[in-house]
Amino acid sequence: MNASVEYLRIRDLHAFYGESHILHGVDLRVNRGECVSLLGRNGAGRTSTLRAILGLTGKRTGSIMLNGRETIDMATHRIAQLGVGYCPEERGIYASLSCEENLLLPPQVGSRGMRLEEIYEMFPNLAERRHSQGTRLSGGEQQMLAMARILWSGAHLLLLDEISEGLAPVIVQQLGQVIGDLKSKGFTIILVEQNFHFAAPLADRMYIVEHGQIAAEIAQNEIDAKQELLQDYLGV
Amino acid sequence: MTSFFDIPIQALMGQLMLGLVNGSFYAILSLGLAVIFGMLNIINFAHGALYMMGAFLAWMALDYLGIGYWPALILVPLAIGVFGVLIERTMLRWLYKLDHLYGLLLTFGLALVIEGLFINAYGVSGQPYQIPAELAGGFNLGFMFLPYYRGWVIFASLLVCFATWYGIEKTRLGAYLRAATENPKLTQAFGINVPIMVMLTYGFGAALAGFAGVLAAPVIQVSPLMGSHLIITVFAVVVIGGMGSIMGSIVTGLGLGVVEGITNLVYPAASNTVVFVIMAIVLMMRPAGLFGKEQ
Repeated sequence: MNASVEYLRIRDLHAFYGESHILHGVDLRVNRGECVSLLGRNGAGRTSTLRAILGLTGKRTGSIMLNGRETIDMATHRIAQLGVGYCPEERGIYASLSCEENLLLPPQVGSRGMRLEEIYEMFPNLAERRHSQGTRLSGGEQQMLAMARILWSGAHLLLLDEISEGLAPVIVQQLGQVIGDLKSKGFTIILVEQNFHFAAPLADRMYIVEHGQIAAEIAQNEIDAKQELLQDYLGV
Repeated sequence: MTSFFDIPIQALMGQLMLGLVNGSFYAILSLGLAVIFGMLNIINFAHGALYMMGAFLAWMALDYLGIGYWPALILVPLAIGVFGVLIERTMLRWLYKLDHLYGLLLTFGLALVIEGLFINAYGVSGQPYQIPAELAGGFNLGFMFLPYYRGWVIFASLLVCFATWYGIEKTRLGAYLRAATENPKLTQAFGINVPIMVMLTYGFGAALAGFAGVLAAPVIQVSPLMGSHLIITVFAVVVIGGMGSIMGSIVTGLGLGVVEGITNLVYPAASNTVVFVIMAIVLMMRPAGLFGKEQ
């Protein structure tokens, strides 16, 4: 894979919610086809970093280059149309839409999107429940739906926020397989995770976020050597 | 003669028909309010003024330009829709981040300004608008006389209401609209241009009001005050049906029109207040309205 081609480059990103300053100069890069995990404590700024990439925070300053284009001044929907798929922490399943309407909601960008049959093959539960109200699905099904939705859209950069949270171990295992699958298909993924043991085998690199900044960067092959550092930051 | 509790059947049917005609206007207007409230979170007090403008534009088109009823039925809602888009772009969009109250105040002020301008130009007495020749006259149904135009009003408004319901509940564009109503920021993060949808929604709600105005022009006097007379009742309809519920506003609009008609027969003095009595009762029993969801 062309692992050395830079896909996302964030420089000195500051972001605000109203008056409160939440990101204090985030710098990170993600190469095409890479899976990068953002680790850190609650409130460290991991979710805010994802939201800032899409312009979902308040004011942003700095630079966010996406596939060679500056997006810091773009409207949220324009950024999404460049091929960014977002799976929010609360999953973002709409109560007023059926399962299938939720799935087909994002307009497709480019021709990379998966076909409906492929998606239903990957997530057979969603096919069975296609006419159910979105929020009537179980937690695991909702998470699968949130994943399936961004695969349908044809997004290339996947922003996944706490997707393993609150799910049964067997579902978490399934999700791990899905992510592994997506990696091998060449998607670029940013994984925000509380669950270190879920993220560790999937991530090519990890960033540790602390106080709205990147505190450390750890490559996959350094995980064992840097256990102490991880202990310090995460208490794992 | 057949009668129903001492009420002659002709009178009953006549009032039912009148009630359905009034209910048709309630339904279209409260539908527009519901759609706008769902998407913009704004209680559109200018709705009555937009309805009045619809009737006036139809009258002006005929009087000044010789444009008849049928073209007006298409052109006037388009014009009012464009006017709505202008209001949204130039004024309303600055208020989204503020409390709902500001939107209400702005649209209330707009309604007063628009009404004032029309009163200034045309006075408060009504202008007559002829029923189109194709719809003059009526059927004799045996038990009652049905004027064609009244039948047409009911048919046309039901058609528009159900087309709107279908568009929102059953189509892809409607799914965007429902999603953006439920969670605008997230919907935008999926690549949907929510600001444009908000603008078009206001334009569409305004166009519905304009359409109701054209429909109403031949049955009532076209007057600058026709909107403010109707809008208070329409707000009561929206409260009874439940804010933001599409089907709720259609069913409640028609139903309350009929209730008003029947009250007019049974106890005429109460016909102007019955809707508000029902509103008070509904608010006590179900604060979210008959079709609304508790939040």
